[in-house]
Amino acid sequence: MSIIPNWLHRLSSPKNFYRFAGTASNWCGWIALVLIIAGLYYGLIDSPPDYQQGDSARIMYVHVPAAWMSMFVYVVMASSAAVGMIWRIKASSAFANASAPVGAMFTALALLTGMLWGKPMWGTYWVWDARLTSELILLFLYLGYMALNSAIEDRETAARATAILALVGVVNIPIIHYSVEWWNTLHQGATVTKLDKPSIHISMLIPLLLMAFAFKFYYLSNVFRRARCELLERERGKAWVRELVGGEKGE
Amino acid sequence: MNEEARIEAVGLAMSRNDRYIFTDLNFSLEAGQILQVEGHNGSGKTTMLRILCGLTLPTDGEIRWCGENIRKNLAEFHAQLAYVGHAPGIKDDLTPLENLELARNMDRARPGVSGEEVLERLQLPAFCDDVPCRNLSAGQRRRVALGRLLMLDAQLWVLDEPFTALDPSGRRLVEELLSEHAKAGGMAVMTTHHAVNLDGCPVERLQLGT
Amino acid sequence: MSEAKLGVAFFTLLRRDLMLAYRHRAQMMNPLLFFVIVVSLFPLGLDPEPELLHTIAPGVIWVAALLAAMLSLDTMFRSDFEDGSLEQLLLTPHPLPLLVLAKILAHWLVSGLPLLLLAPLLGMLLNLGSEGLLPLLATLLLGTPILSLIGSIGVALTVGLRGGGVLLSLLILPLFIPVLIFAAAAVGNAEAGIDITGQLAFLGSLLAAAFALAPLATAAALRISLN
Repeated sequence: MSIIPNWLHRLSSPKNFYRFAGTASNWCGWIALVLIIAGLYYGLIDSPPDYQQGDSARIMYVHVPAAWMSMFVYVVMASSAAVGMIWRIKASSAFANASAPVGAMFTALALLTGMLWGKPMWGTYWVWDARLTSELILLFLYLGYMALNSAIEDRETAARATAILALVGVVNIPIIHYSVEWWNTLHQGATVTKLDKPSIHISMLIPLLLMAFAFKFYYLSNVFRRARCELLERERGKAWVRELVGGEKGE
Repeated sequence: MNEEARIEAVGLAMSRNDRYIFTDLNFSLEAGQILQVEGHNGSGKTTMLRILCGLTLPTDGEIRWCGENIRKNLAEFHAQLAYVGHAPGIKDDLTPLENLELARNMDRARPGVSGEEVLERLQLPAFCDDVPCRNLSAGQRRRVALGRLLMLDAQLWVLDEPFTALDPSGRRLVEELLSEHAKAGGMAVMTTHHAVNLDGCPVERLQLGT
Repeated sequence: MSEAKLGVAFFTLLRRDLMLAYRHRAQMMNPLLFFVIVVSLFPLGLDPEPELLHTIAPGVIWVAALLAAMLSLDTMFRSDFEDGSLEQLLLTPHPLPLLVLAKILAHWLVSGLPLLLLAPLLGMLLNLGSEGLLPLLATLLLGTPILSLIGSIGVALTVGLRGGGVLLSLLILPLFIPVLIFAAAAVGNAEAGIDITGQLAFLGSLLAAAFALAPLATAAALRISLN
């Protein structure tokens, strides 16, 4: 396929991917650390408190990027799973499987920070607002993916089955979103239940974007690391793994 | 039957749980030939048959029917195929006749053959006609499962341990079916531990797991 | 040389599944009984006060319908998988999505349609009221096929696995949520006198989309499960 650049094609080999992912993981990890520190500084210290919610609104600097990531990771997961299934590229399937727990983590983070944000605002930890409900359902989708993955023994079959599930999920997510939004407007209570960022100001935008990028790099760093582990296990019979692991002469 | 038909396995390799069962398997079979696949337990005989049918995707290599990769037109390939696997593929709640008619209606029927005739050929005792298959013995169920070979108009037969649970007359029946099929220009691939005696019909052998 | 006819195959499969269900009609009743029992639990767990029941009726009936659908979905491919009939289906020259559609249709006729017949009974148990009954039937008519269609994907993915029914529920229930939201809301709104054409239209389009796409996904999933 001529549309795929040569370096990408070479990356599909598990051995090359393993090496690339190792370096990439380290780089992304450091960048993520720097960005998180910068983002948290600007978000928690340097930016003005919200005129309506005061300092408690600062949690949005974690909540909003986490929510963005939860969606973004699902789409990336579904795409790489599909690529892995269609072109039978182990590295791509490993990337998808590695994305699932990280995506679930971001979803859980979004839920947790949403709850912490909600407590000072509405007095309770949980409200069935559109955003939190959607995130909860998304968490179920992630957990379902992980459950299916662990229920199938053969890795190749698991890759294909979870790819189908992820694709079905990706198609359903907009439908679920829309349904939950609609349901929420139907049952609008007395409390204002919008967890959206308050009126966005440039000084708020910068830390938000910093955190968003920080999370992206963290995601890459984490996923590359996990994918390497899975590839190591899947390729355990191959020569390159044996060399890597200990230089024992295999029989 | 197409006299020019041939089935080929080219460079087949299969791995399960990231371990290779076999690699670089090649063979070809032409009209009128029977192939017997042998190998110890776990050598991948069943898996290979399923790859041949197109049920299992091989890790590497391809199956060619009449020179073309079966994946290009799976439906056409399946129209020429009859498979009897480990599981009998019949519904226990239906009678033998209902099962045979079912097999016929779902696939390409052999013209001029009725369910009753096939039942007679299968030598099932008379009481079996109206009884759901769950009340039959394992050997009788296997005969019903093999009945699909007579109901369908298929050039390639793929049989996984066809002699399982059959008594000597059952085994002779299968051997007869195979000889007739080969003489009429059909071909068959089967796994079995038994020695197969087909009068006048040469049987190729393939050893897996060496 | 005769041709294998798709129409014959479709109706043969449909007839076969209906016949098999009929020969096990005692088992067929179980999800329906479950439906009724689950609904009955709510007044017992809450306050059987008529006003309260009237308010929760649409949601409760629909949640129970979802759960009953989950229970019955497991049977869609299991028996065929175990006796080898499923792989025979994959080996016919017919397009698998269409054969799958025949099985889904049979499943819905046996497990989904009867829910509609039970709806008036359940409406009575939960004090649904006469204005709610017709909308309830309409939503069940549109919604239960969607449950069978989307559910079939999950069943196909899990048919050979040990996790069985619980794993299936984890995978499928989140996907049922849009149907639940719109169906329950439609019934509630109808009782309040609000026009529900929009909601029914949404369910209708979900049904159309599921009808077109689910068999494809289910067929792909079956091939994977039988690999």
